[in-house]
This record gives sequence, C-alpha cells and structure tokens, in this order.
Amino acid sequence: MNKVYDNKAWLLILPMLALVAFSAIIPLMTVVNYSVQDVFDANTRFFTGTEWFVQMLNDPALQSALLRQFAFSLTVLCIEVPLGIGIALLMPKKGWQASAVLILVTLPLLIPWNVVGSIWQIFTRGDIGLMGWGLRELGYEYNITRSAVDAWGTIIIMDVWHWTPLIALLCYSGLRSIPEAYYQAARIDRASRWAVFRFIQLPKLTNVLVIGVLLRFMHSFMIYAEPFVLTGGGPGSSTTFLSQSLTTMAIGQQDLGPSAAFSLIYFLIILLVSWVFYTAIMNMQKDKEGGA
Amino acid sequence: MEWMVWTLPTTVFFSVIAAMLVGMTVWEVVQPTVERKGFLPISTTRGDRLFIGLLSAAYLHLMVVGFTPLSIWWALAGSVLWLLVLIRWG
Repeated sequence: MNKVYDNKAWLLILPMLALVAFSAIIPLMTVVNYSVQDVFDANTRFFTGTEWFVQMLNDPALQSALLRQFAFSLTVLCIEVPLGIGIALLMPKKGWQASAVLILVTLPLLIPWNVVGSIWQIFTRGDIGLMGWGLRELGYEYNITRSAVDAWGTIIIMDVWHWTPLIALLCYSGLRSIPEAYYQAARIDRASRWAVFRFIQLPKLTNVLVIGVLLRFMHSFMIYAEPFVLTGGGPGSSTTFLSQSLTTMAIGQQDLGPSAAFSLIYFLIILLVSWVFYTAIMNMQKDKEGGA
Repeated sequence: MEWMVWTLPTTVFFSVIAAMLVGMTVWEVVQPTVERKGFLPISTTRGDRLFIGLLSAAYLHLMVVGFTPLSIWWALAGSVLWLLVLIRWG
C-alpha cells in the first residue's frame, strides 16, 4: 500500500508550539541557565559550571530520596494496575447500576491533593480518626508519626485509594470499546473466562494501559502534596520523596542553583522512564501485529 | 533576555540543539527517513536515534561529572562519537 504523506498538516500545530514554548520550553531553558550559576540577585551572579551537578549527584539525602521514590512508584503501580483492571472487569455494563458505580468509583479522583492528605491525616489519628482509633482498639500500636512502616503503608493505601479509580476508569472505557462479536466468537470456541481475559480483553486494553501506566508513573514520581500533608516527610526522612526535597531546597532555602541542577536530573529520570515504557509497549504491539 | 540569566555555555548548548533540529528537518525534506533496524534492539527512524543519542549523552555527562574525576570534555567527545555511531548504524 502506498501512503501519501503530506507534512503540511504539521503547520497546524504551530499555535500549540508557541503556547508550549512559553509554558514549558522557555522556563526549562531558564532552569538550565540557573543550574550552572550561583544567582544572588538580578545583577550578581557567578558561573559555577558543573559544581551543582556534582554536589547534587553525590548528596546522600537526595540519593536515598531517589531510591524511596522508585520504591514508592513501583509499589503503587504494582498494586493499582492489577486492582484497576479487576475493578473495571467487575463494573456493571449497562443500566442505572453502571452509572451509579461509575460515579462512586470516580469520586476519589475529584478530591484535590491537599484535601486527600487532610482526610487521611484525620482518618489515621489515634484519638479521633476511624482507622487510627480502630487499629489501636484492635491492639496494633498504629502511629504514623513514629513508625516508618505505618507511615509508608498509609501513604501507599492513600495513593491506591486516590488513583486506582483512574486505571479502573481507563480500563472500563477500553473494555466497552470491544465489539460484542469477539465475545460471541469466544463463546462458540467455548473459551474459558481466563482465555477471554488473556486473549481478548487484555490485548484490547494495551492502549489504555500504556496511558494509565505512564500517567500513574509520572504522577506518583512527582507526588508532593499528599505525603507532605499526611506525614510531612517523616518520621525522620522516611517518607521524604524527591519533590519534597526539591521544594525544601528551592523555596525553603532559596538555593536556586542546586535546585535547578536537581530539577534537571529529576526531569531526565522521568523522561527516560516514560520513554522506555512507551517504546516497550508500542513495540510489543508492533510485534503482535507483525505476527498476526 | 536578562531574566533568563543566559551564560555563554548555555547559549552555545541551546544553539547547537536548535541547529540540530533545523538540520534534521532539512535532511528529512531532502531525503525522508526510512524506519530500519540497526544494532539497537528496536527499529528506529533517524529522529528516534537522535533522541536516544541526546538522552544518553545527558546521562553520560551526569555520570562522568558526578562520579568520575574526568573532565566534562571527555563526556562531550564521547557523546558526539556515540551520536554519530548511533545515527549511522543504530
């Protein structure tokens, strides 16, 4: 088949490009400029070269924040993706039940980050919070301000509660777009429930899962408000994630040079991981099409 | 442009990136890229290979600057070489 490519259509994205230039590209370039200088005020600045990068890459506090960040992102992805698919499979397909369940499932997504943090902060308090009080009554010494394990567990449950609905919603829409004929064919072949899931539903969900995994990875990797409100990064620094370290440095201490260098490293990590995810999944799809 | 606190190295850096993008566009118009498989595990277009080259160059620079006593110019030389190899045989 001969496809005719007309690249003139690219001109239509010029207005968007101009907008992105102002909202993303120019600020990013400014960050690069800051990362190689020590800026005191509008007139006083010194060129420092790679000094900030050396300092940031060798900072033990940041290195452990990075490891924590990866551990957190991987954990929530491993829980949220299977759970989201499961919920989507269980959701009713039509009638008023479908609408009702859809609204119920979506509710957590509508709550702002800060509010989610506050809700869980109160929920987990030992004296008035249902979960904190309940666990204590059951005999478990639950305390997120003292025990790192409790703090971690609570943040993960909070994130799962807040964001699994996104995956569920995406998968639900993916499932709805599968034509009925596929299921009929499966019934004729007497395919098991598992076979239907493995060979019809899961392949058809690939596209929405790519978006879901990417969004969830980027979101969770940049998580800030929820743990900040819930634990403030503590106990000690056991739940201090990257963005909180960055904020402390940039806003708290006004160290613009080091935080610019740190931001760029942070950005490169997100860029690499997102690109690897995207390429891996797109290639999986290509292989499938080639093989079929 | 004072608010963007430009320095000579960052100006050169961004000019080179911009020149690369313009160059790739011209090259694409003159001779459109064909997706192919080189030594990389995935099949790529010319633009993919440039992106991979630039991204790995960024990481190479960070590694050299952060964890070795070598000069950053070695990282730059290595990156340029790697980029050329990648564009040609990747």
